[in-house]
Amino acid sequence: MGIGAAVWKEQSPAGSPSEAKEGMIAFQQVSKTFESGGKTVEALKDVTLTVEKGDIFGVIGFSGAGKSTLLRTVNLLERPTAGSVIVDGKDLSKLSVKELRSVKKNIGMIFQQFNLLETKTVFDNVAMPLVLGDTPKKQIRERVDELLSFVGLTDKAGSYPNQLSGGQKQRVGIARALATNPSILLSDEATSALDPQTTESILQLLQRVNKEYNITILMITHEMNVIKEICNRVAVMEHGAVVEQGSVLDVFANPQTEVARNFVKSVVRDDIPPSVHKLLAAKRGKSKIIKIHFIGESTGQPMLSQVAKRFNSDVNVLFGSITELAGVPFGNLIVELAGNEADIARAYHYIQQQNVTVKEIVS
Amino acid sequence: MEVSSEQVFQALYETVYMVSVSLVFATVIGLPLGILLVVTRKGHILENSAIFSALNPVINVLRSVPFIILLVAIIPFTRLVVGTSIGTTAAIVPLVIYTGPYIARLVENSLLEINPGIIEAAEAMGATPLQIIFRFLIPETLGSLILSITTATIGLIGATAMAGAVGGGGIGDLAITYGYQRFSTITIVATVIILVVLVQGIQSLGNVFARKIRRN
Ligand SMILES: Nc1ncnc2c1ncn2[C@@H]1O[C@H](COP(=O)(O)OP(=O)(O)O)[C@@H](O)[C@H]1O
Ligand SMILES: [Mg+2]
Repeated sequence: MGIGAAVWKEQSPAGSPSEAKEGMIAFQQVSKTFESGGKTVEALKDVTLTVEKGDIFGVIGFSGAGKSTLLRTVNLLERPTAGSVIVDGKDLSKLSVKELRSVKKNIGMIFQQFNLLETKTVFDNVAMPLVLGDTPKKQIRERVDELLSFVGLTDKAGSYPNQLSGGQKQRVGIARALATNPSILLSDEATSALDPQTTESILQLLQRVNKEYNITILMITHEMNVIKEICNRVAVMEHGAVVEQGSVLDVFANPQTEVARNFVKSVVRDDIPPSVHKLLAAKRGKSKIIKIHFIGESTGQPMLSQVAKRFNSDVNVLFGSITELAGVPFGNLIVELAGNEADIARAYHYIQQQNVTVKEIVS
Repeated sequence: MEVSSEQVFQALYETVYMVSVSLVFATVIGLPLGILLVVTRKGHILENSAIFSALNPVINVLRSVPFIILLVAIIPFTRLVVGTSIGTTAAIVPLVIYTGPYIARLVENSLLEINPGIIEAAEAMGATPLQIIFRFLIPETLGSLILSITTATIGLIGATAMAGAVGGGGIGDLAITYGYQRFSTITIVATVIILVVLVQGIQSLGNVFARKIRRN
C-alpha cells in the first residue's frame, strides 16, 4: 500500500472541494478474507476506490489479484469481511435482503462466459430480469425489442445461445444486463473469451452503453488493451490491494509501480527492440540519439519537421510506438539527429522546450 | 401348465399400476429432497449445514438397503399406511421408500450439472431463492432430470418383479410363479420380451424428451 498511496491522484472535479460529487460506487477500506480448507486467502486488502457517475472505470491486475472479488462486492455476490461499499449513496451492508434485491435491479452484470440460459431463446434470456420482477408482458416485449435492436440482434430473437457466436452471446448478455434500466454495469472480463476483432466491437458497444444510456461502467480485465480502448479511469490491483489509480492518461504516462509499468508496456512499448539496438551501435558517435515521450497535441511529427526545417539537421525516426488514449495520441519515438554539432545542440534544446519528455540515449 | 393371455394382461396392468403410482409418490418425495440436497450444501443459495448433514446420511442408509430386505423390514409400517401388508397396493409402500431416495440422489446429480455461472447471473439479477430454483436450476437441467426419472422408472420395473414376494403380482411375479416354479419356458420368454419392450420404450421416450429440451 505504501507506494500506492503516494501516487494516488484523487481527481476532484474542477472547483472547490465542497463540490466533490458523491461517487456512484465507493469502496471504503474494503477487505475480504476467504477461509477454505484451513487456509485463509486475503482476496482484498483495504481497498479504497471511488467510481464517479459516468465513468468507465477499469480495474486491471493479473489472475488472482482479487478483481472479481472486488467487483462482486458491488452487488453483494461477495460480502466484505471489513469496510463498506456504498452504491449510489446506499451502504450495502446496512440494507435488508429485500432492499438489496432492489439495489441489484439497478446494477447489471456481464460475464466472461456469458452465463446465458441455454434452454431459453435470446428473447427470453433478455426478458428474464423483467420476468423476475413481474413486469407486464407487453412492457417486456417493448423493452426486449428495444434492447435487441440496440445490440443489433433483432433477427436473433428466436435463436438459442448455442446457435450464436461468442460476440453475439455477449451482446445478449449486455442486453439482459440492461433490461431493468440499471445505472451501473459491472463487467467481469467480458471480452476475455473473445477474439481481438470481436473484443473491439463489444468494447464499442459498451462505450455506447455508457454514452447513450448514461450508465456508469466498472470493468475488470487483465488486458491493458481493454483499459486503453474505453476506460477513462483505471486502478491497478496486485495481491488484493489497489497499488495505483488515476486517469488512464496519468497512469499510462507515468506508471508508478512495477506491475503498472508492465501493463503499460503490454500496449505501449518503451523498450528498444534488438534490431534498433544494432542500428544505434552502428551510429554511435556520429549523431545524437534521443527518446521522445509525448502525450497529446505535441505529437512527434509536426514538431520533428519543424526541427528539421529550423535547425538544418537530419531527423530520422528509428523506432516509434504510438497509440491513442481517450482520443489523445500517446507514445514514444526514438529519433536520430544528425548534422553539425551546434545545430544538433540547438535542435535538442528546442525539443526540450516542447511539451514532451525527452532523453538522450546513451547506448 | 400355460398362462392365459388374460393372466399376462392382468400382470402387465399390475406392473404398470405399481410403477406409475410408486413413481408419482417417489418423485413427490425425491424431487424436493434432491433440490434440498443441492441448495443447502456449502456455498449454495440456501446453505444450511444442519439440513444437509441430516438429510445426506439418511438417504445413504435407505439407498444401501437391498429392496427385498426393505420390503420385509418395513412390513409393520406398510400395514400402518395402507392397512395391509399383502397385495399390489401394499407393494407400493416399499417401492416408494426404495425409489424416493434414489430419485433424490439422481435429481441431486442432475441439478449439480448446472453451470455455476447461471446461478451467479440469477443472483446478480436479484432473483429470490425460489425463483432461482424454478426459473434457472430446474429449467436448465430439465433434460438431465427427465433422464434421471427415466432411470428411476426402469429401476422401479426391476423392483416390482420382487414385489411378487408380498403378493404384489405383476410381470415379474408371473415369470416366477409360472415360468420358474412351473417350468413354463414360454412364460419366461413372454415376460422377458414384455419387460424388454417396456424398458426400451420408457428409455426411448425419456431420450426423446430430454433431447428436445436440451436442444441438441
Ligand atoms: N470463494 C472463494 N473461496 C476461496 N478463495 C477464493 C474464493 N474466491 C476467490 N478466492 C481467492 O481469492 C483470490 C482472488 O480471486 P479473484 O478475485 O477471483 O481474482 P481475479 O479475478 O483477479 O483473478 C484468489 O487467490 C482466489 O483463489
Ligand atoms: Mg476474475
